[in-house]
Amino acid sequence: MEAILTIILIFMILGAIYSLHARDLLSALISMGIVGYGLVICFLLLKAPDLAIVQILVETITLVIMVSVVLDSTRHELKEKASIVHDGQSFINSRYVGNIFIGVLIALVLLYTYHFAIENLSAFGEHLMRMSGPYLEDAAGTTGSANMVTGVVFDYRGYDTLGEATILVTAVVGVLTVLRIQGRK
Amino acid sequence: MSVIVKKVAQLLSGLIFMYGVYIITHGHLTPGGGFAGGALLAGSMILLVLAFGSDVMGLKKRETGSSIIENSAILVFILFATIAMLVGTRVFFHNFLPVGTLGELISAGVIPLYNIFVGMEVGAALFTIFLALVIYKEEVLK
Repeated sequence: MEAILTIILIFMILGAIYSLHARDLLSALISMGIVGYGLVICFLLLKAPDLAIVQILVETITLVIMVSVVLDSTRHELKEKASIVHDGQSFINSRYVGNIFIGVLIALVLLYTYHFAIENLSAFGEHLMRMSGPYLEDAAGTTGSANMVTGVVFDYRGYDTLGEATILVTAVVGVLTVLRIQGRK
Repeated sequence: MSVIVKKVAQLLSGLIFMYGVYIITHGHLTPGGGFAGGALLAGSMILLVLAFGSDVMGLKKRETGSSIIENSAILVFILFATIAMLVGTRVFFHNFLPVGTLGELISAGVIPLYNIFVGMEVGAALFTIFLALVIYKEEVLK
């Protein structure tokens, strides 16, 4: 189980790294699809079918939208610009060294505070069952649904579901506001 | 698009729509629920628009139809939660319909109704985002 998950994660990382260095924008989008669909296989291996269904549908719709937007923009301009940037640039700049040094310094500070934070957590295999205990006790009898995920999402945690639906409505309102400014004559 | 793509899209989109409705209504028995079924409903509509083009489908300059469905579905969802506050134990999001026997289609109180309206809302929201990109692109190109 762990070996298969590790192999799929390595493929996802390789796909993400390739999409940064691709010469063509369409190739970059398709290699981003590797990350999304690899995540679907990871969800199925970890026994979460609800998440897998939603992830595969949202990934497909997002890829379709992005490809239909990219195919209209001029791909030739992007190819020429990509080939100009990659030659004649000195590798060691002072900005690179400064950025890497600040990054390592902040990582060390965070590691130091992390050492204090994990002292208060419980041991590695034991779970803190304060909220999960009442859920597991009789979820099917109390909520009445045979699917425990639906019972938790819509009954025990219904307020969070309302927040999630509100996020989607806000996203649609934002997209319509931004894209309609030029559409109105 | 060619004739083969149009015919296959016509035949398949009805099947995909019915499969999405099945996943929504059986959300309290099988994996899936409102969000997955809603994304499937949006997918079937997007398939039709991609195969036939937007001017053949009769889409107008504004996407008012799907916006109205999305907003009224989320309004009914909030109304159900508020009705639960006025009935019974006066708790927001309380399950006020009778729970029924486990495993039946009509059971689990108000959860199937929540699933249906969340499914309508998610499907209409994704379709509105897709239409905003397709129609906006055609307006700028003209």
